[in-house]
Amino acid sequence: MSTLLDIDALQAAYGTSQVLFDINLRIQEGEVATLLGRNGMGKTTTVRAICGMMPARSGQISFAGKALTGLRPDLIARQGIALVPEGRQIFANLTVREHLVAFAANRHATGDPWTVAKVFAFFPQLAERQHHLGNQLSGGEQQMLAIGRALTTNPRLLILDEATEGLAPLIREEIWRCLASLRSAGQTILVIDKYVERLIALADHHTIIEKGRVVWHGSSAMLDADHDIWHRYLGV
Amino acid sequence: MTQLILEQALNGLQFGLMLFLLAAGLTLVFGIMDMVNLSHGSLYMGGAYFGAAAAQASGSFLVGVVVAMLGMAAVGVILEVLLLRRLYLRDHLAQVLATFALILIANDAVRMIWGPQPLLLNPPAALAGPVELFGFIYPAYRLLIIGVGLAVAVFLYLLISHTRAGMWVRAGAANREMAETLGVNVRQLFTIIFALGAALAAAAGVLLGPLLAVQVGMGENILILAFVVIVIGGIGSIRGALLGSLLVGIVDTLGRALLPTLLRATTAPEVAAHLGPALASIMIYLLMAGMLFWRPQGLFPARA
Repeated sequence: MSTLLDIDALQAAYGTSQVLFDINLRIQEGEVATLLGRNGMGKTTTVRAICGMMPARSGQISFAGKALTGLRPDLIARQGIALVPEGRQIFANLTVREHLVAFAANRHATGDPWTVAKVFAFFPQLAERQHHLGNQLSGGEQQMLAIGRALTTNPRLLILDEATEGLAPLIREEIWRCLASLRSAGQTILVIDKYVERLIALADHHTIIEKGRVVWHGSSAMLDADHDIWHRYLGV
Repeated sequence: MTQLILEQALNGLQFGLMLFLLAAGLTLVFGIMDMVNLSHGSLYMGGAYFGAAAAQASGSFLVGVVVAMLGMAAVGVILEVLLLRRLYLRDHLAQVLATFALILIANDAVRMIWGPQPLLLNPPAALAGPVELFGFIYPAYRLLIIGVGLAVAVFLYLLISHTRAGMWVRAGAANREMAETLGVNVRQLFTIIFALGAALAAAAGVLLGPLLAVQVGMGENILILAFVVIVIGGIGSIRGALLGSLLVGIVDTLGRALLPTLLRATTAPEVAAHLGPALASIMIYLLMAGMLFWRPQGLFPARA
């Protein structure tokens, strides 16, 4: 296993107000990692920094051995990082099928690449609605489409920000099932969500952020064993 | 009367299609980069001058059209890379000021090169005469413009709605950051769109040259109409630009042709004489105000 994502002492700021003080995170190829923490602690900002939407003030982000810091978002995406963003960000003026065709790529020559047909097999609901526009979908369908859209770029790292936020319980279950299935197919994933039990079952290791700093890092077993951490940092 | 209406409707269609050539580029620039580009009208004027000069030098109208489109596409790329790129992240006021300055510079540059007198641009000799159409006489050249406008509309429709590049354009207009996060080089895409928009504006300028005068300042009036069009159509939408252009073209042309007659038939002559032209010239603004009141996002908004 080789290190895919390596964030070292990352600091970032919105204007003059610093939001990330010291973020360290390492994800090996094939692992599932999580970012945990209450709202407004810097999880989304960390993701934005990885994807190049937020400049790093200092520190290093490298991906598969190459430095990402300072690269444009589209170049970072082309390195093999795909984002399922908070709020899903589905294009209102593209059909479901167009979402899956427009950004499709296989830049890292994956053996069995994601195609439109494969995404439709993975999410049969999307196949039924393939000619609908993005703004005509339910929240659950939008989340499936956001995941499908990210997968068609055949990413080496899939990032999900608030994977199940705002979804009905049944749809949430389907998203968890889909993430477990991606995991067993060997997809490297970084996921943000607030259902800690689910994340413990899904992921290998967890990083807790509070006020822009990493305050805890450990394996699923360690997090499962110490519910103090849950109360202290996650408000669960 | 029917003949007048039909003829004016065709004129409206022809004017609307030319407006579309301008509005198409303008709406994409505004929609994707959130950039207010007042100098779009100068690209239209530049196209007319390039075209008229090239047509005079070569004796061929077609050469004029090609030179105008290629020349203004090149000017567009230079403008975008050297100047406009620096303005995208500024607020609209800065963009308006900078591109208004470009209008003044363009007008004076044209005056320096070609002088203050309007240039003469003749339609191609084969199309200079009229043709008979459904029993009435209509200028062949105007029919050509309608044909070209429709062809460009179909081409743009296919490009935007059936190609991956078109999907990127629409995605970029709806949510630029997300499109970038999916690997689309929006900056490069935008340079290409800007060049295409400049070429289309130039085409409109040179095609309208034989009908209107090729003169300094010709871009400003039509620019205002093009902005009305994209507000009505929905900013960032090609479909909206097409429908908005046809609406504005037909309402404006028919309003000017028919309103005075209608008023004369229904009101006192002195009222009609004053009200007719005044009302006709504000018809499209009434249309826009109505649109802003009932559907402020426009007919086909690119952003949800």
